[in-house]
Parts: sequence; structure tokens; C-alpha cells
Amino acid sequence: MTLPLSIDQITAHYGTTKVLEDLSLTVGDGELVSLLGASGCGKTTTLRLVAGFLQPTSGAIRLGDKDLTRLPAHGRDIGLVFQNYALFPHLSVKNNVAFGLKQRKLASGERDKRALEMLDRVGLAHLADRLPGELSGGQKQRVALARALVIEPPLLMFDEPLSNLDAKLRVDMRVEIRQLQRANGTTALYVTHDQEEAFSISDRVAIMNSGRIMQLDTPETLYQRPANKFVAHFVGFENLIDLQVTARDGEMVHAQTHDGGKITLSQERLGAIPDAFVLATRPDGLVVTNDASATGLPATLGMRTYLGRAYQYQCQTGAGQLIANGSLATPFESGAQVTLVPNPDQCAILQPE
Amino acid sequence: MATRIHPLLILMTIVVYIFLIGPLIIIFGASVSDTTFLAFPPQGLTLHWFENIWEISAFRRTIVTSFQVALLGTAMALLIGIPAAYALNRHRIQLPGWLSTLFVLPILIPEIVIGFSLLRSINVGLGVPVFFALLIGHTLLVLPYVIRVISASLASFDFSIEEAAISLGSRPVKTFFTIVLPNVRSGILAAFILAFITSINDVSVSLFLTGPGISTLPIQILAHVEQFFDPTIASVSVLLMMLTIIVMIIVERTLGLTAVTK
Repeated sequence: MTLPLSIDQITAHYGTTKVLEDLSLTVGDGELVSLLGASGCGKTTTLRLVAGFLQPTSGAIRLGDKDLTRLPAHGRDIGLVFQNYALFPHLSVKNNVAFGLKQRKLASGERDKRALEMLDRVGLAHLADRLPGELSGGQKQRVALARALVIEPPLLMFDEPLSNLDAKLRVDMRVEIRQLQRANGTTALYVTHDQEEAFSISDRVAIMNSGRIMQLDTPETLYQRPANKFVAHFVGFENLIDLQVTARDGEMVHAQTHDGGKITLSQERLGAIPDAFVLATRPDGLVVTNDASATGLPATLGMRTYLGRAYQYQCQTGAGQLIANGSLATPFESGAQVTLVPNPDQCAILQPE
Repeated sequence: MATRIHPLLILMTIVVYIFLIGPLIIIFGASVSDTTFLAFPPQGLTLHWFENIWEISAFRRTIVTSFQVALLGTAMALLIGIPAAYALNRHRIQLPGWLSTLFVLPILIPEIVIGFSLLRSINVGLGVPVFFALLIGHTLLVLPYVIRVISASLASFDFSIEEAAISLGSRPVKTFFTIVLPNVRSGILAAFILAFITSINDVSVSLFLTGPGISTLPIQILAHVEQFFDPTIASVSVLLMMLTIIVMIIVERTLGLTAVTK
């Protein structure tokens, strides 16, 4: 049995400091939603509110039809996986996994049977009698996962579960977490500061900043169609250029910066472009050319750095400092006068803020 | 090549050890001396003075009182100190910094001052019977040690373990007993031993709170020395010393001494 989670207009304070403001979020039945953001953005606070370790100032949290808002943490029936594993150091691996079943008053034979089955699913049945201190980080996190799953919770929550693991293991574990979550069809809320991790594991991702959700969408939409400057910058659109439309010619739009730099864009690729807009591009989205006839932003190249697949240039333009990648075949020297032409595949259109 | 140790350093070490251990050897020697005064080196060998402890009823009574007060006082200090240390560590961020200082403050106040103020307040002021006043005094005396040692143990306890248990359906109070306590067991044992020894050896607080018919062993030793100067004192001292050594050996074997000293 698994249920949708809905967080409805939650506001929360630490003392007098407001840490979450009017936050709403729905995680569909069987869906995995990540909360992504830098530390202090409110993602862990949100998870702790749902878990019941913190109380909201206002708002409601529901799991299916059940109102969790005033329910004590031990009555919420949520499987939790922590960053530092949080295994019980004095209990064997098997008894760690069986702990939740014991609270549910299962007979000891049935407890052991289910704990061992779950340990088998995470590939650790042979370590059932060890103490947590004897396990590696990856094994510990598998035990923690088994412990959270064995109670068959309607909701699973993960608080940076892979941060303490090394890079290779992190990738393996996130695939494993996703497979187990899918197989059980459990609704899941996943907190992380790692963009790649969030995008690879989630159905939808909520990008958070200072206690608010900036955008909640599928990873593809976030990556290609950020809704605002914060999200654009977060997913790698490092250049944000303010533009005004000067002329429209069918689907072609001519625009210019406040200092007269000209750009031409096609609405076929980018969707409707308003009269005033922000062009967001990744470094790969600005083509560096010395072709004098090209329509683009005039720039003076600054420092050049080698990325392996390309050269990266700091570019001084009338619209401010921009970052562009240029091909390895035609390197430019620092100080060169060039033109930056946007490549619509690596661009997004934002409303001015 | 082994580093050469400076001869002066060796000499200093020997001198320090003589000062530390010498008096203990003298006391030990005097306790088995076959004389009616304290003599070292011992003349003749006898265990008479050890028997004599039990013959003098004041010693017999005060040994029992000392153990009662130390055991009960330590138990009470643990009952107060464990929840206090837990709360101080669990809510460290929300609580003001001076609060945990407040709990260890009695270590900094001269014990003689504590003894006197307790005499004024609970013994004279409230008219609490002597034994209970002594018990309260010793509880307060050892409480700061209990809180400090258990806090040190809780400082390395990861409270997300407690949250994990609660999220799995265990009530907070039950979680405290099944998850938190088993993981600070060594800290509690260390606190118990440190508090027990502190209480058994205490003079300053007891001096004010003992009264007619009720006294502790160290106070009785003082009283005895004022009147007699026979080797019984030496043999009592040896017994106290042995008790401390045995306790320390047990601690070392079970926890390692660092559990108490850190």
C-alpha cells in the first residue's frame, strides 16, 4: 500500500527566523520527487516537517486522506533513510532491520523471516549477524534501506543518503535505490544537493532557494526550459542577457541589448518570445566567431582555459561578462575581437525579473 | 638508534615517583607494624590493626554509612544527571550556552562553601534529618561529575539514530531506554564509579553535614586521629586505598581508564 503526499502551504520558523514560506508540494502515488538546493535552502527542513521532527507554523501535511500535521513522529509510518545511516550500533544487522517490525508487534519468527527476506533483496543476507560497525559505508546504507523498506511504508524519505559514499558507489547505489523504489511502487521524497543525482533518480525535481520552491518539473524540462533566472543559473545557463525586441519578421525575432548588441532568434526553436526578455545560454550556447558578417554580440576575449573537449573564454561584452566555449580546432588569443552568436539548442527564454 | 634519555630526566622521574608512592608504602608498612604507634619501617608483623577496625564500633558504623550514602547518593545523581545530560545534548542548539556551564559550576565552588551553605539551608533551615541531609549533600557533590561524564559520552552519540527509531514507530520514551541508554552504557558506568569514589572519599561536605551518631568514614578517621595515634588509622587508609585500586582495575579491564579521565 502506498499513498500520495501533499504538503499544503507550509510555513516554518526556527525561533524567529522564517525557514520555509508558503511551500506547497505534491508527490503522486509511486512517484519519486527530489528536493534539490544548496545547504540552508529548506530542503532538509521540509523533510523533517513531513517526518514529524519539526512542527510547521502553519499549513498542512497529508498522506493519502490522513492528516499528518499534528501526528507525533512515531505514528506517521514513514520509512526514513539518513545521510549517516543511523543504524543502531548495539543491534545486529538483522535486528536493525527487524526493529520496525518489532514496534508493530510481529511475532519474533515472522520478524526474522521478513528481515532476512529484505536483507536478501539488498544482497546482504550473509551479513545478518554482524554488527553495523563491521560493515562498509555502502553496506550500511543498504541495511538502512532494508530497515526503511521492511515496514512497507506508504512513503519513503531520503535525506542525502549517498553523500558519505565515494563517487563510484554513489552511482551504483542511486540506481539500486531507484530500482527498489520502482519495484515497490513506493511514494518517495528525496533530498539532495547533487544535481546529477537528483536528475538521474527522480520523476520530478523541486529546485529550492531560501525556503521556497523555485521550480518543480521533470528533469528534462528543468534542464531545457528553466522558469526563472535562479533555476537557469542553477542548471548551468551561466549567461543571462537582457534583451529588447526591435523587429519581428514571421518567426524570426530581432532583438538588441541596451548597448546595441544585436541578436536574431527563431521562435520555432525557442517558443514565443515576449518584447522584453532574458536570453539564458550555457557556455556551449554561445558560438565564438571572427566572421565580421555574423549577427551577434561583439566581445573582447579575456582569459582562455582548456576544458579537454573545448576552450572556455571569459568574454567582455557590453552586456557584461559572459562565458563561451570555442572549438579546439580554432583557438583564439586573449584580447581578440570576436562576435558571440547564440546557438538556439543551448538557449532558453526567460521573463525579465 | 635509541634516543638517549637525559640522566636528569630519569632522576626527576624517580623523585616524583618517590613522592607519589613513598607515603603509600609508609602507610602500608605502618599498618602491619607490631607497635602501638605508627612506625616505619614496621617492627614485627601483625594483622591486628585490621581486626581492630572492626572492633571499634565507630569505624564499623561509619563504613556502613559511607557505603549507604555513596551508593544512594550516586544513584540519585544518576537519576537526575542522565536525563539532564540527555536534554543538554539533545537540545544543545536551542538551549543557551550558559545552561550546561551552570550544571558543572559546583565543581568550581569550593566544597567547603557548598558544605556550609547546605548546613545552613537544609540541615538548620529545613530541619532535614542528618542522614538525609548527608545524602542530599553527596548527591549534589557528585552530580556535576555525572553530568560531565555522561555528556562526554552523549557528545559522540548521533541523535539521528534516535530519530530513526522513532520513525520506525518506537515511542520517544521507549526509544530513550532501548536505543539511547544502551549506547551510553560505558559513560554511565564511568560516571557511577567516579561519583562513588568521590563520595566515599569526601571530607569537606561531610564535615558540615554529619551529626550526632551519624558520620562517614573519612570524618571518623579525622576524629580518631585527634585522639589516638595507633596503626588502626594506617590500616583503614590501606583499606580505602585497596578499594580505589580494585575499582580502578575493574574500570581499566572493562572500559579502559580513558573512559573516566577524558
